[in-house]
Amino acid sequence: MKVGFFVPCYIDQFYPQVAVATLQLLEKLGCEVCYPLNQTCCGQPMANSGCEKDSIKTAGLFVENFKEFDYIVGPAPSCVGFVREHYDILEQTPDVVHVRTHIFDIAEFLIDILKIKKLDARFPHKVGLHTSCHGQRGMRMAQSSEINGPAFSKQKQLLEMVDGLELIDLDRTDECCGFGGTFSVFEEAVSAKMGRDRVADHERHGAEVITGGDTSCLMHLEGTIRRQNKNIKVIHLVEILNGTTLS
Amino acid sequence: MKNDAQYTNHSGKAAAFVQDEARTDWHDGALWFVRYKRDIQIKKVPEWETMRELASQIKANVLANLDKYLIQFEENALKNGVQVHWAKDAREHNEIVLNILKNKGVKKLVKSKSMLTEECHLNPFLIENGIEVVDTDLGERIVQLRDEAPSHIVLPAIHLKKEDVGATFHKYLGSEEGAKDPKYLTEVARGHLREKFLAADAALTGVNFAVAETGGITVCTNEGNADLGAHLAPVHIASMGMEKLIPRQSDLGLFLRLLARNATGQPITSFSSHFFKPNVGQELHFVIVDNGRSEQLGRADFRKSLYCIRCGACMNTCPVYRRSGGHSYGYTVPGPIGSILSPGVDLKKYSSLPFASTLCGSCSDVCPVKIDIHHQLYKWRQIIAQENELPLSKKISMKVTGFLFSHPSLYRFAGKTARTMLPLMPRFLVYNKLNAWGIHREVPVAPKQSFREWYIEQQKKGANKE
Amino acid sequence: MTSKEYILQRVKQNKPEQTLLPDVPDFERLDVDWVEHFKETLVFVGGQAIELESDVEVNLRIQELFPDMKVIASDIPSVEVANFDLNGTTDPHLLKDIDLIVIRGEFGVAENAAVWVPASSLSHRVLPFITQHAVIVLDKSQLVWNMHQAYKRLDIDKANGFGVFISGPSKTADIEQSLVIGAHGSRSLVVFLVNK
Repeated sequence: MKVGFFVPCYIDQFYPQVAVATLQLLEKLGCEVCYPLNQTCCGQPMANSGCEKDSIKTAGLFVENFKEFDYIVGPAPSCVGFVREHYDILEQTPDVVHVRTHIFDIAEFLIDILKIKKLDARFPHKVGLHTSCHGQRGMRMAQSSEINGPAFSKQKQLLEMVDGLELIDLDRTDECCGFGGTFSVFEEAVSAKMGRDRVADHERHGAEVITGGDTSCLMHLEGTIRRQNKNIKVIHLVEILNGTTLS
Repeated sequence: MKNDAQYTNHSGKAAAFVQDEARTDWHDGALWFVRYKRDIQIKKVPEWETMRELASQIKANVLANLDKYLIQFEENALKNGVQVHWAKDAREHNEIVLNILKNKGVKKLVKSKSMLTEECHLNPFLIENGIEVVDTDLGERIVQLRDEAPSHIVLPAIHLKKEDVGATFHKYLGSEEGAKDPKYLTEVARGHLREKFLAADAALTGVNFAVAETGGITVCTNEGNADLGAHLAPVHIASMGMEKLIPRQSDLGLFLRLLARNATGQPITSFSSHFFKPNVGQELHFVIVDNGRSEQLGRADFRKSLYCIRCGACMNTCPVYRRSGGHSYGYTVPGPIGSILSPGVDLKKYSSLPFASTLCGSCSDVCPVKIDIHHQLYKWRQIIAQENELPLSKKISMKVTGFLFSHPSLYRFAGKTARTMLPLMPRFLVYNKLNAWGIHREVPVAPKQSFREWYIEQQKKGANKE
Repeated sequence: MTSKEYILQRVKQNKPEQTLLPDVPDFERLDVDWVEHFKETLVFVGGQAIELESDVEVNLRIQELFPDMKVIASDIPSVEVANFDLNGTTDPHLLKDIDLIVIRGEFGVAENAAVWVPASSLSHRVLPFITQHAVIVLDKSQLVWNMHQAYKRLDIDKANGFGVFISGPSKTADIEQSLVIGAHGSRSLVVFLVNK
């Protein structure tokens, strides 16, 4: 199977290590991965601000770049979720439909498509998992605390395969971190407060590291932690699965 | 009085609210606790998710047959000796209520909780026309005395501390200065409101559910205030939004099981009163109100907001509402549901509300009738942008972003520039008033290479090896 | 055009496509002891449940539990301790000084400790709300599991125009979320579960 590697814009520019780890992990697991050099963004920032129309060209470019692949995989539930749900703004050509139905977040891809049962990774630390909203309530990668239903979490499942990793409990297991795209800037006060509260929850429970699947959330939490001069590391889930260490 | 601004600036009001971080933590904790109690209750009901699905389907059927159910409801109510009135809008509702009161020579009215009458601004209208209006729900009485709007549809005074209530009661009800014990304060209110119930010439209640099959209404309270008003006064007026209809008596079973669990974490309210016929010697009036609901009914993307049974759970679960308070929404009904109802009422005035959200989706998961609240928030954003109601800065930045992202080389150029400049800029240039992100957060550390640059380098290395 | 006509016309124009009205199942639970569940839940909502072996015990228990109640009213003829003439009073305002009422509940709901009290069981609709304290006498065998069954059981035509599900005493948490039992309605509620 040919996997098209989707690297969200802010990961490409500011967190390339997340993309490196994703690529390496996919290759380790035997995937033939191709990275289209002309990709830019999925279009979510414009659409979430009400400017769906301004995201159409970008979305079209995305489909052009990825239409040839069996699967499209990226380390970002919110971007992947956006393509799945909101690419109805494009005319539903076979290419568009194919992209929408074959795009996966890395955690989903590992659990549902590659069906991995073990990983060669060791991370002997106390880790707090930030369950980002798009992945959870958008793509149903994990059960929401609001719902009366069986517990499940694809990301947790993967972290449990990592040797020595201790997942901490949280007071509020799935409260939003407060990033919310342009919300982080246009409703800065509440956004920052939500970020501080999330960090405090992890801190109260002894987290050495905060991890998660969405770099946008992690960027917001890390920015908060660094401003507060706290000693908590923020690392994308895929880096841990790929065998990164704290040093 | 309360919501007269041309444009409700949620972000500004929220920023002011969050300034007092300790108070924000207290407000956030109080509402989270209600959410927490809800979770405990619903987890005891194995069929909970099935119930939500059924309730949602019933409400869909209600909207699809609303005219038939309205006619059926009126017919049955009339057979029961109830007088039924229809109001196109808020003004007509208020006039109908006033007429009923004037016809009976009413001077003193007691009211139980009705968000509809808040929406219609009934109180100031009646007061202008010489009627004494007393809100008898404890939370509503507190905010009435303070001349404030309720900040939550179920817990009107959630934004107030007991000291605030003590001060208000001391000022207006003559209780002890500095008192803050909730039991003492509730006892003061009990005595004060009991006098009002006994002296009232008429009572007005809201309607939690109106049943088409029987022509009856159900009113749910914990305090017993709706009943103390309705059964003592010779006139009982019940005002309802027309979407409060449910088809069958048996459907009450489903909705009453959902309502209190979701709203306050109780299996049911203390009193679920079913009114069918007026008492002997009493007049019973139902006022059915449209006031924009038939308009919302016609909006395919937003009509599901009419399923709402006013449980308030979306407010309790919303991380933004908890940290900004109901008053920062500036609309009768605040929070997530308010943010999808209000743009339908006045798009310009409430255009900031659909953006007062991270689209986390918690509201939709908690909604007992499965309103797709966060999807509707997203859709209202598109309409607001189309109607040109976005702030200029956002409009411009989105056009620029859209342009950049559809031109790969431009995007790469912008990215490289940012990554090169950031480490070179002195701190004061990066962190200032123009950079909202930087008020409370550090910006990310700029890496030397983008992923693409690293990838290309790796490809070259690989090619060189061969 | 009247407002009614206007509204109905707008609704007809704007209403969505037809959808099915679903049947709602009973969700009855037989794996739970209904009486025990009723009693536990009643305590949870601030009330008290007492099991009585027979009707004969009612008067004795009232005297034991409420030795200081001055004005006691009851629509149940066999309640001897009652000293207020409910039937002889027409104006409901005159009920304001009643300390304790003893009324009959028609049936109870185990899932939420609610008791159905129709107006046909009451001389005055306001009685359960205006009293300071309340006792409801309920036949222990007259329990249903939940509200779905309750509505099957309930007979509106026999209710005399009004009925109320009462679950526990009145309460409020409107002051800083502190629960206070006894808001505007009854300050306490005891349910006598009588073995008939």
